[in-house]
Amino acid sequence: MTAGWEMVVGLEVHTELRTATKLFCSCANEFGAAPNTHVCPVCLGLPGSLPVLNERAVEMAMSIGFALHCTVAPSTFHRKNYFYPDMPKNFQISQYDLPINSSGYLDLPDGSRVGIERAHLEEDTGKSTHLGTSGRLHGAQRSLVDYNRAGVPLVEIVSAPDIRSAAQARLYVAELRRVLIATGASDGRMEEGSLRVDANVSVRRPGEPFGTRCEIKNLNSLRSLQRAIDYEADRQIELIEDGGAVRQETRHWDETTGVTSTMRVKEEAEDYRYFREPDLVDLAPDEAWRDRVAAALPPMPGVRRTALLQHLEDPTDAQRESVEVVLDLDLDRYVHGAAEAGLDAATALARTANEVAAAEEGAERLTVEAFVGTLRLEASGQLSATQAKTVLADLLAEGGAPEDVVARRGFTQLASDALGGVVDEVIAANGDEWARYRDGDDKLAQFFIGQVMARTRGQANGKAVVEILRSRRG
Amino acid sequence: MNAIDLAARVRRGEVTASTALAESLSAIDARNDELNVFLHVDRDGAEARARAVDDAVAAGRDPGPLAGVPVALKDNLCTRGVPTTASSRILEGWRPPYTATVVERLVAAGAVPVGKTNLDEFAMGSSTETSAFGPTRNPLDPERVPGGSSGGSAASVAAGMASLALGSDTGGSIRQPAALCGIVGVKPTYGLVSRYGLIAFASSLDQIGPFARSVADAALCLEVIAGHDPRDTTSLPEPAPSLVSHLDDGVAGRRVGLVSELVEGADADVVAQVERAAAALEAAGARVVRLSIPELRLGLSAYYLIAPAEASSNLARYDGVRYGRRVAADELGAMNEATRTLGFGDEVKRRIMLGTYALSAGYYDAYYGQALKVRTRMIEAFRQAYEQVDLLLGATAPSVAFRFGEKTANPLAMYLSDVFTIPTNLAGEAAVSVPFGTGAAGLPIGVQLLGPGRSEARLLAAARVLEVAS
Repeated sequence: MTAGWEMVVGLEVHTELRTATKLFCSCANEFGAAPNTHVCPVCLGLPGSLPVLNERAVEMAMSIGFALHCTVAPSTFHRKNYFYPDMPKNFQISQYDLPINSSGYLDLPDGSRVGIERAHLEEDTGKSTHLGTSGRLHGAQRSLVDYNRAGVPLVEIVSAPDIRSAAQARLYVAELRRVLIATGASDGRMEEGSLRVDANVSVRRPGEPFGTRCEIKNLNSLRSLQRAIDYEADRQIELIEDGGAVRQETRHWDETTGVTSTMRVKEEAEDYRYFREPDLVDLAPDEAWRDRVAAALPPMPGVRRTALLQHLEDPTDAQRESVEVVLDLDLDRYVHGAAEAGLDAATALARTANEVAAAEEGAERLTVEAFVGTLRLEASGQLSATQAKTVLADLLAEGGAPEDVVARRGFTQLASDALGGVVDEVIAANGDEWARYRDGDDKLAQFFIGQVMARTRGQANGKAVVEILRSRRG
Repeated sequence: MNAIDLAARVRRGEVTASTALAESLSAIDARNDELNVFLHVDRDGAEARARAVDDAVAAGRDPGPLAGVPVALKDNLCTRGVPTTASSRILEGWRPPYTATVVERLVAAGAVPVGKTNLDEFAMGSSTETSAFGPTRNPLDPERVPGGSSGGSAASVAAGMASLALGSDTGGSIRQPAALCGIVGVKPTYGLVSRYGLIAFASSLDQIGPFARSVADAALCLEVIAGHDPRDTTSLPEPAPSLVSHLDDGVAGRRVGLVSELVEGADADVVAQVERAAAALEAAGARVVRLSIPELRLGLSAYYLIAPAEASSNLARYDGVRYGRRVAADELGAMNEATRTLGFGDEVKRRIMLGTYALSAGYYDAYYGQALKVRTRMIEAFRQAYEQVDLLLGATAPSVAFRFGEKTANPLAMYLSDVFTIPTNLAGEAAVSVPFGTGAAGLPIGVQLLGPGRSEARLLAAARVLEVAS
């Protein structure tokens, strides 16, 4: 960011809801089916057809509202009128002045808070494929439309213009994605288009009023989001510094060239002629229904993150990353279980974010009890770190209790006097290294541990080896 | 033969549905070329239905309360596999892949749909003259219009081509042609009858209802088609009301309001019949009071903002992309434009433009927003009136059937045909037009009875009193 400038960013995130059926009909809401196979008179907008609101979509929208601390209120549907061939009725049923969710916020992992202006329900459009060199509707030789997506339920989440950097924008979308997945309302797949982001970007001198904004479209990944916002802010600053002015417009991000370009200016903006959708009645979920949805909501990532970090004193960046892995894979219970049993939370976090996270579906077989038991054996010195990892791997693959794995694997650690004998053998065989270690080169401890492990086929406890080495050094 | 008697005889095996259908088809063959009532006669489908009814009777099963009754359907009701045009070139050749709820209910009750009747294009008109397929002629005087927009349905019943017909009423499109053709027409309470499968004109005003030659037939037909439909969220949650059993309730003790705004500007022969109807109700034990509801005068202007606004959106889907007519052009926008230019008639285009304008940024508040406020006032004015009286009485149309071309040059004169019927649609309430006497040139006159939401039983009982007195 150029010195003396501040960017102001607000994001509009569209998420498809994971309902079994579409928003206003009983066609399957399923990605990837053969074109125009999930269609009916309603989602094709045939003459005489009428929409019937999907109750489950309303529940999911309310879940999102509660998760984002919104006011969840009675709402209405409007028609947004414009012509486009992938929109069967040539209007979109959306929410306008009375959205189902308004006035919430999202706390980000960096401690910042971004306001949520609204999160409303609407229907998705179909998907156009333009054949010909342009790849866009204009100049296409032929356009094909797949209406499978037409009528799929969407929630559009509009943030306040509270974001001040591209990195924060990325953090916001990443955290929002986690929240949406946690509610069960979205699968959060940006690559399949089930999560889509538009960015409103403007720049100003700190303390001045907001500048003129541009809306950036076609942001298909977190990476493009961050790059596009940085590019756009720099473009606007350069324009103003050169004596120009920013024009309010919609701009298209080109991932290949890394630049934004004009799609349409505000004067060309459509007049959507919003009016109340007369085919739908008001949406007024009663308090009991709202309470049921709110109560069914699982803990959100922010709350879970705080709970996990509480176990650590002054967490490192690597540990923070491990916490995100644990959150994403829903493995919190292992860390909490170990910490509550009085075991070292850092070790528990590391084992969870590495060994447990790496095992596909292993968490289904590994009980918290077995995980804690394994870590307890490691902490008491009965298992070496290597052995503990092997035990976890077996438990993740086959389930069971750690004691049984230990017995089956023959992981009975050498008694300390036997271990002392092995250490003495290694010292005798490596005189030069021993001399350097004795003179204070502690790095060589790893060498001796390795040698001892080799002789005991991994059945020694590394910490015990170091203690014996120290005692021999005198 | 009226529908109730015919169905009773078919159920008892005294007459077959096939015979009844043959009579209906021969009436159609005799006069359809002259009157242009049906756009499509579904002979094969109807004959198969009639045979199914007869087979059921022969097998000792009851085909239902409308067993073997030939019915005509306004051609804005979707019928699976049977052409449905809304009298527009833009839907020429389209065969819906599904059937409207009301048609399913008629068939389930044993009725035999014979075909699809002519209407003003997309139900926009009051004379059937805006149909892309030529006007329908009034069977009582072929030089005159049958009214509209459901002119074909009204004419089919008046000409004996069907015992019953369905129409749709957005601003009077059932009641006005019923009056001009001398039959009974009912505009039910908004939401009483499912709109699923009705090609929308103005969704917040459209309502399907029956045409019949007697009040009893209309009541029976409405009983069959009414009731909640899960496919129409705006349909009322309650089950269909019982109407036939209340037909002889009479009007003794009822308070009836003769509304000055509902006869204002009507021809003298029409006013005279409304006065005579008031006297007939009084003679039957009702207490008639004269009252004024000035808000009703605002109905026409509010209607001509709200209905076109909704229509401009409802008709946006006819773009040549997915179904119906497509006029080829080099690129998409030009194809949309050419399709709509050639596919829609002048009246439809006029209303799309009016509605688009009324909803546009900068005009919304002054036009559409203002019209919604008028609508709210209208609802309140009716509510207050119904604190004083049980029913309202007025004219259905300002005149008897008019001649072709009389009002086509002046849209406003045509719009005034619906001045007495529009307020009921804006309020979402119920009204009946019942033939009562004749006027100029011996042509029939309809009087209108209006009631609050779900007052159909009360309205039909009063209409029955007038039918007997007529």
